Amino acid sequence: MRITIRLTATLLTLAASAASAQTTAITGATVHTVGPEGTLDNATIVIENGRIAEVGTGIQVPAGAEVIDASGKIVTPGLFSAMGQLGLTEVSAVSGTNDAVQRGDDFSAGFDVADAYNRRSILIPIARIDGITRALIAPRAGGPDEEGNSSRVLSGLGSVVQLGDSGNYLTRRGAAVVANFGETGSAVAAGSRAAAIQELRTALADALDYRKNKAAYDRGDWREYSVSRADLEALLTVLEGDRSIVFNANRASDIEVIINLASEFSVNTIIVGGAEAWMLADELAAANVSVIIDGTANLPGDFDRMNARLESGGILAAAGVRVAFGAGAQTHQARNITQSAGNAVANGMDWDDALEAITLAPAEMYGVAAEVGSVEAGKAADLVIWAADPLELTSYPEQVLIQGESIPMQSRQTLLRDRYLQTDSGKPPAFRN
Amino acid sequence: MKIPSITVLPLSFLFLLSACEQGADSDGPAPYSSRYEALPSEATILQGATVLTGTGERIDNADVVMDGGKIVAVGPDLDAGSMTVVDASGMWITPGVIDVHSHLGVYPSPQVNAHSDGNEATAPNTAEVWAEHSVWPHDPGFVAALAGGVTALQILPGSANLFGGRGVTLKNVPGQSVQEMKFPGAPHGLKMACGENPKRVYGNRRVAPSTRMGNVAGYRSAWIAADDYRKKQAAAEKGQGEAPMRDLKLETLAGVLDGEILVHNHCYRADEMAVMFDIAKEFGYKIAAFHHGVEAYKVADLLRENDTCAAIWADWYGFKMEAFDGIRENAAILDRAGACTVMHSDDDIGIQRLNQESAKVIGAAANVGIDISPERAVRWFTSNAAKALGIDDVTGSLEPGKMADVTVWSGNPFSVYTKAEQVYIDGALAYDRQNPDVNPVTDFSLGTSALHGGAQ
Repeated sequence: MRITIRLTATLLTLAASAASAQTTAITGATVHTVGPEGTLDNATIVIENGRIAEVGTGIQVPAGAEVIDASGKIVTPGLFSAMGQLGLTEVSAVSGTNDAVQRGDDFSAGFDVADAYNRRSILIPIARIDGITRALIAPRAGGPDEEGNSSRVLSGLGSVVQLGDSGNYLTRRGAAVVANFGETGSAVAAGSRAAAIQELRTALADALDYRKNKAAYDRGDWREYSVSRADLEALLTVLEGDRSIVFNANRASDIEVIINLASEFSVNTIIVGGAEAWMLADELAAANVSVIIDGTANLPGDFDRMNARLESGGILAAAGVRVAFGAGAQTHQARNITQSAGNAVANGMDWDDALEAITLAPAEMYGVAAEVGSVEAGKAADLVIWAADPLELTSYPEQVLIQGESIPMQSRQTLLRDRYLQTDSGKPPAFRN
Repeated sequence: MKIPSITVLPLSFLFLLSACEQGADSDGPAPYSSRYEALPSEATILQGATVLTGTGERIDNADVVMDGGKIVAVGPDLDAGSMTVVDASGMWITPGVIDVHSHLGVYPSPQVNAHSDGNEATAPNTAEVWAEHSVWPHDPGFVAALAGGVTALQILPGSANLFGGRGVTLKNVPGQSVQEMKFPGAPHGLKMACGENPKRVYGNRRVAPSTRMGNVAGYRSAWIAADDYRKKQAAAEKGQGEAPMRDLKLETLAGVLDGEILVHNHCYRADEMAVMFDIAKEFGYKIAAFHHGVEAYKVADLLRENDTCAAIWADWYGFKMEAFDGIRENAAILDRAGACTVMHSDDDIGIQRLNQESAKVIGAAANVGIDISPERAVRWFTSNAAKALGIDDVTGSLEPGKMADVTVWSGNPFSVYTKAEQVYIDGALAYDRQNPDVNPVTDFSLGTSALHGGAQ
């Protein structure tokens, strides 16, 4: 680690109070706040009790603070993985390690993956030493298993988690319901995307009816619904504006349907994939629908993506659409959202918009922007100190802080690296510990 | 490379001639031969760029002269004469990008079942199939790769089988048929696969192989048959017995034993690489490259000693058990050990930015104090890739006499913001970012916004 940590504390101040021992100051860095203060040169960030107390230039470092000298470095908010299965999988092809897909009729919207989250997953240190501090962990669609059961149009509930070692890992349980449109939606519905849309409409209508007739339904004195009670409750929260709904969709025509649904039911709507979303940039902006894209996807992998292009991020952001990256770089490769963002910049997106797309934008999409997403007083101190431009692939974090704590910059991969960088031990690698 | 003598192996020798040479006699080109013709070109000088030669050298403020499809000169202040002048100041020039592992055309976009032609997963040994007979030239991925600076690529069969069939090396030019894309004189590859895929595909069908030991027995049995085939051919040549009936499968394997076909071995785990070296030793063939060598860094010295390249991703890991130990420093450790390090894609998106994948390695290495210069890293997707494909005598570096396969970048190719500005193949301008009207558009992409593979 190239950052020198120097303790300015005197014995006297150390003894002064317990609170001061939890004060940290990062000094001298160029801070991209992604907040109203924009980019600050030679700035100081004061962290108290895991939160940002102050950020700005000319700020006095509090006595007794642990000082991280980040002169010449770049500081950004912690990165936010907008979509994926961190903590819900270890090895994709080892089924026992995978907890993101539920098949059959027991649940759809109400399937909550949060309780399967494994904060000790080996993927998490790998992601966070590359700057990811928060993530949306989501259920996903799954095709038929050996018994012929598929998942449903609604995959279930996703949650926002923090990737630190301590404290409650849940930033927001059930931040979003995940739905599948397009080719995936039609595959898990009755073979037509129209069926997927009808299944969703029916479930939403049922949830509205359930709200009005809960008591009768509870008494068993009401009609059957298309989905279970847990699903109705999950959807009701969406309809009441307390949780977002995420649609996996790429084709422009599907996106048009989603825009209409968003207006009709007044729900906070996010599209993931969005290969052809740029064709509807103005409509998406007007309907306040957010889009999570892949900044490198430019091929017609299927007929839903005939008009995929690298300029999507720039076009959408310029139209005022809230954009995040995370449709391609997910889970094992969540760290590559910086590559996605960098490529979007190379193809016309504003650099600041691109940084926002991997920090504040997803925090806003999932309703946690009061907590994270920018370097602002009062927010959790999720910060990354970069060797150089965070979107450059030759750059890397020198230190990551989650909720004010400097995380160990170590993962299973760095342990392997360190073992095999040694060449002169004279014994097999197993002895190099 | 061992060249078969015509007296020993008439059948396979004739066959290989037809497969590998551009020959055009009175009867026209031999069956299956390359019918590639370079696009029209003019003598061109690219002036004032930072040039990474692919030989490990960097020349600042240098010119590159191309004429007759060949590199003529590289260096500062070259005479422009009456050549077409391209101002490349502020730009960087490298050899054209070469991807040793692609499935473009055999698993094209759109990825529909009707186009799924990369795995003849009907038997564990399908050495008789040739990837070129599956290549759909209108895959939009070819054009997108061109916009990523790719001038040559090897199309391989998939990895379902122990022996997946022959790979083909292409020039990245649009063709109406694969023959018009075939790299003249490039040897065929033979795709072999270690590990999880073959044992899963056939094990699930309750046939061999279902284990890694079953895999190895499968390779060895096949080589024994190939060896026998060659011996019978040789004996027949000497008038001892009848020549065996031509067998496509054995012909491919015999081509490997003759040193005419290069082994490209999908193999993730280090311990399996060590076993594959033993098999190669038992039967007397060479492994040109291990592909997807996620654990190659664990046996870097072994790879160097065997002169076998490791073709790898920058950071893929965790999608299956044999990819569990992937690390971003893999290429850095291999390169430091002096092993032939190759950055490959296996992916229609990844192929468009092998420079960026290499940049990830540069960053990870810098984090542990290993400095990898651009002139060193560029070899991973140029000269080292050419070596793995057996075409390094004609392309892969900017040296006089070599094919003028050249990529001009808007800046340092290891910056995420840099794009390929111009791509020359055999000295002809095949792609020009500033002049999209002259760039190729596949039939499939007509009428879509993905005109240039979405890479406008």
